[in-house]
Amino acid sequence: MRQFRPQEEVDFVIIGSGAAGGIMAKQLSMAGFSVVVLEQGGWGKYGHEWDYNKDELLQRNISDEDRLMSNPARQRNTFRRTDREEARPGNHSYGSVVGGGTVTYGGSSWRHLPWEFNEASHVGTMAGTGLADWPISYEELEPYYTQAEWEMGISGQRVDSPFVAPMSKEYPVPPVPMKSSGALFYRAAAKLGLSVVPGPLAIITEGYMGRSGCVNCGMCSGYGCHVKARSSSAVTVIPLAIETGNCEVRVRSYVREILTDNNGRVTGVTYFNAEKQEVFQNAKSVVLSANAGESARLLLMSASNRFPDGLANSNGVVGRYLMLGGGAGASALFEHPLNDYKGVVSGTGIVDYVPSDPDRGFYGGGRMTSRGYATPISYGLGGLSPDAPRWGAGYKQALRDESRHRMAISCFTTQLPLETNRVDLDPTVKDEWGLPAMRITSTSHPDDIKNMEFFRQKSIEVLEAAGAKSVWAGPVRDSTGGAHNRGTCRLGDDPRTSVVDKYHRAHDVPNLFIVDGSNLVTGGRNHPTMTIQALAFRAAEHLVRSARAGEV
Amino acid sequence: MDTQGKSRRSFLIDSVAGLGGVWVAANYPGILEAEDHVLRAAELGQADKFVFFTPEQALEVEEMAAQIIPTDQTPGAREAHVVAFIDRALVTFDSERQADYTQGLEDLAAQARQSFPSAGKFSDLTFDQQIQVLTEIERTPFFNLVRTHTITGFFASPVHGGNHDKIGWQLLGYDDSLNHEAPFGYYDALPQPRG
Repeated sequence: MRQFRPQEEVDFVIIGSGAAGGIMAKQLSMAGFSVVVLEQGGWGKYGHEWDYNKDELLQRNISDEDRLMSNPARQRNTFRRTDREEARPGNHSYGSVVGGGTVTYGGSSWRHLPWEFNEASHVGTMAGTGLADWPISYEELEPYYTQAEWEMGISGQRVDSPFVAPMSKEYPVPPVPMKSSGALFYRAAAKLGLSVVPGPLAIITEGYMGRSGCVNCGMCSGYGCHVKARSSSAVTVIPLAIETGNCEVRVRSYVREILTDNNGRVTGVTYFNAEKQEVFQNAKSVVLSANAGESARLLLMSASNRFPDGLANSNGVVGRYLMLGGGAGASALFEHPLNDYKGVVSGTGIVDYVPSDPDRGFYGGGRMTSRGYATPISYGLGGLSPDAPRWGAGYKQALRDESRHRMAISCFTTQLPLETNRVDLDPTVKDEWGLPAMRITSTSHPDDIKNMEFFRQKSIEVLEAAGAKSVWAGPVRDSTGGAHNRGTCRLGDDPRTSVVDKYHRAHDVPNLFIVDGSNLVTGGRNHPTMTIQALAFRAAEHLVRSARAGEV
Repeated sequence: MDTQGKSRRSFLIDSVAGLGGVWVAANYPGILEAEDHVLRAAELGQADKFVFFTPEQALEVEEMAAQIIPTDQTPGAREAHVVAFIDRALVTFDSERQADYTQGLEDLAAQARQSFPSAGKFSDLTFDQQIQVLTEIERTPFFNLVRTHTITGFFASPVHGGNHDKIGWQLLGYDDSLNHEAPFGYYDALPQPRG
C-alpha cells in the first residue's frame, strides 16, 4: 500500500471508510488523485477473515483492538429525549473498522422509491417537521444506484411493483435462497393480499468479482463475513482503491479537527494516531464520511474564530434533523421447524405499507422483513416466548420446543426529520480521547410512534395469517441511537436550510465535501445504505470533474 | 482420555492461533492458565483443578447451574461442564465478577440455612428444596449473573470449556456446520407459490 507523509499535501483526505468513504476512496484514487483515508478502527482481520469457528462468545467479548463496532465506553455518547433533560450515558454505536458499518450490517439494499425524493410535495410539508424535498430526483440518482449495485455486488430480483423502486438493470447476482420465514411470508401474503419481494442484499449468492457466494453459515448481521460474501466496502472498493497505488488507508486514526486557513479553506485534519499522539495531515480537500453522528460532531468540534459555531455551520443546521431509525415487530412460534438460524438474517420483505396512506390518519410507512432467531447464546438468554420460564425444567423444555420453530418480523419504519432532534457536543462528558462526547437529543414525532404501532399490529396480523401457534409483540419503543443514524448535514440548494449543496460541497467551505448518511434529507424507510452508496458514486463523479477543472 | 485431551488441546490452540494479537496478549495468560483446567474439567470429579473456584465453591455453582438447566431425559448444565466454563470466565474475560461469586455463594448458603436450618449449604438441600431457595433469590443480581453464565456456557463454543459434546447445541437442534444449504426448514421445503 502506498504511504504518504503527513507533511505531503495529498489531494484528498477522506474521514471514514464505510459505505460512502470506501466508494469515495476508490473513485478518487482511480481517477489519479492522491488519497489518505483516516479510519478510527482497525483492519478487523477476524471480523471477516479470521479462522472461523462460530464462536459467538468470542464475538461478544471482543477486544477493543479487534472490535468491529465502536465501544460506547470509549467513543462515549450521551442521550436525552428533550432539551429540558440532562443527558445520560448513551449506547449509540456504529461501525468502527475498515469498511465501517458495511462489515457487520444485515446487508439490506433497498433503493429509495422515486417519490421518497419529494415527499413534501406529495404529503405536504407538515407543520413542525423538517419534511422537505431533496434537491435531486430519483431519475438523477438512478444510474448511480445501478452502478452501486454492480460495483458492490447486490443480490436480488428485479420486480415490477408500485412499492419497489424501478430499476434500469437487473441485479448482478440472484437473490438468496428463501428461508422458512420467507415461505411463511408468502403464505400470509397470499391470504391477506399483500406483496412479498426477495430482499435485495449486499450478500452475493454466487461467485462475483473474485469473491465467492454466501454459504448460509447463519452468523450474519452483527458479525463479519468469513467468506467475504457480504459486499462490504472492506472487500470491494477499498482493495481496488489500494491497488491503484494512490490511496493509503491509515487505521486507528481518530480525527479530532478539520483545520481551515484565513480564507476559510480547509488545509487538512488533525487526528490521534494509535498512540494517541496528534498528527496533522495536509490535504488540498477533505471528504467527510464519518456517518451522520460523527460527521456532525467533528464539524462542531472544528469551530474556529472564522467558524465560531462549527465548521460549515453558519446557519446552525449541522447536527439537526437527526433520524436514528424507527422500528417495530412481533415474534411467533409455528408447528414445524423453520431452522431460521441458517442463512442470511432476512431474505424477504412485505412492501405494501411502504407508502404513507392518509387513510391511516398519520404520516408514515415502512417495510416488513422476515427473520428467525439469531445465535444460540443470545437465543438462550432472551429469545423464548414471554410466558416461558426463565430457568429450570420449564425453561429447558421451552428451549427444546421453541428454538427451531421461531420466526420474527422486523419492520423498518419512517422517522420524520425534526429540527429539535440532533447531535451536538456534550458540555461535560468527554470521550476516551478527551474530546467532547456526542450528545444525542431525540424524540420521535407522534406520527412516527403511531406508525410503529401500526406496524406492530400488522406484524401480528401477518404472523397469524401465516398460521402461527402463538404470537407475541413487545411495546414499541422510541430509538436512542444506532447505526442507522441519518440526516445531520442535509443536502439542499438553499444555504440557509441545508449544509451541503446537491454535489455534497459544504455551502460555507469550498473544499470540504460531506458524503454519508448525514446527507439524507428524508430517511426513507430506515434502509439507508443503498442510497448512501448511490449518493457517493454520484458525488465522486462530480468531484473528479470539478477537481480536474480546478474548481475545488 | 489422553487422546481426547490432546485433540481438545490442539483445537483450543488452533482457535487461539486465529485470534488477533492484542486479544491474545491480554487474555493469553488466562487462556493458558485455564487451558489444563479446561481440558481436565471434562471430568467433573476433578474439581480440584479449578483455577478460581475452590472445590467447595465449584460444587455449589454446579448445583445452581444444574437447577437452571436441569438434567432430564437429556443432559443439562452439569453434563455440559458449565461450571468449568464459569471458572474459566472468571479468570479471563469476566474476571471483574470474581467478588460477585465469592459474596454470592456466601449469601446463597445463608439463604439455604434460613429456609432450611438443618442445611449447612445449598448443595445439602434436596432437589425440590433447592428450587425453593432459588425461587426466593431469582430476582437477585447474583442469581441473574449465574443464570447468564450458565446459559452462556451451555451455548458457547465448546472451546471455552462448557457445551461439552455440544450438549447445548443439541438441545436446540442447532447444527453448527459452517455451511448450510436450502431447504433449511419445513416450510421452505414445501412446494412454493412464489412467482
